[in-house]
Amino acid sequence: MADDDLLTIAGTTFGSRLIMGTGGAPSLEILEQALLVSGTELTTVAMRRVNTATQGSVLDVLTRNGIRVLPNTAGCFTAGEAVLTARLAREALGTDWVKLEVIADERTLLPDPIELLDAAETLVDDGFTVLPYTNDDPVLARKLEDVGCAAIMPLGSPIGSGLGIRNPHNFQLIVESAGVPVILDAGAGTASDVALAMELGCSAVMLASAVTRAQDPVLMAEAMRHAAEAGRLAYRAGRIPRRFHAEASSAMAGRADLDHRERPAF
Amino acid sequence: MNEISLTTVSPAAISPAVISLTVNGEPREVAAETTLAEVVTATSAAPTGVAAALNEAVVPRSAWSATGLRAGDRIEILTAVQGG
Repeated sequence: MADDDLLTIAGTTFGSRLIMGTGGAPSLEILEQALLVSGTELTTVAMRRVNTATQGSVLDVLTRNGIRVLPNTAGCFTAGEAVLTARLAREALGTDWVKLEVIADERTLLPDPIELLDAAETLVDDGFTVLPYTNDDPVLARKLEDVGCAAIMPLGSPIGSGLGIRNPHNFQLIVESAGVPVILDAGAGTASDVALAMELGCSAVMLASAVTRAQDPVLMAEAMRHAAEAGRLAYRAGRIPRRFHAEASSAMAGRADLDHRERPAF
Repeated sequence: MNEISLTTVSPAAISPAVISLTVNGEPREVAAETTLAEVVTATSAAPTGVAAALNEAVVPRSAWSATGLRAGDRIEILTAVQGG
């Protein structure tokens, strides 16, 4: 990505527009390779009870590669749980950035908008830089921005579904009125989903499963990096309008005057 | 004489030597004078990257060694893992 086209979230700039997750990788080694190839500079982790049997640390992987850590509140169902988890993450990791997730149920993993907004407001007031995982709802997106969220992270489709962006129109509505970065979160299945998000005007894309559960996670990470870059360039370049009928790219004027009934010998 | 001493000592003032609490959902018995810092050290080998909550309130690392524990306390010790 060109140096003059940086992603800015809450005053911090990033050269990469891919935010990576770390869940679902077959091993820490493959995860590390995939993160490096993706070019990501911001990557999520979850907060869980310490387990002394765990070998290796995802935090070490991020630290030694200079990737900024973004703790999430995955698995929280209420504002109270999410706020406490964010505060524990701040204490453990020394960052006041949080990817806020407050889900309604385990089957859909869709955000609970009431609890989400409550948690977002509380955390912003507590000094956090809040990046909320939200429904692709333009009204909720506006309310999250109004309470001070640093970005809006609408889902393209349910987490881990790989169904892409089910409602591109909603994304355009969110992007159109947002004054903070809009980041596709959840649903990307392959490179074209990422490119589409960027073409719709998203500032970045967050993904995990699409890479970590791909048959070749490292190769898919490379594909995603190119997709984010290509989609961003296309967005900046300004696409042509969609037309119902064809429009010739070769001029009609200046053609030779040929007898259309004649068929020359080959 | 023994009778007098028994009546003058309040039962509440007799501290048990061992208290029961839960650490990351597991029941644990510790000496009554154990601090939160000692519980965290016994639970996690990692010197950094962990945080502790005592009964749903975050206790900053700087306060661990001065934080005493009571019977029935619920302690959660968390760290970053792969996710999201």
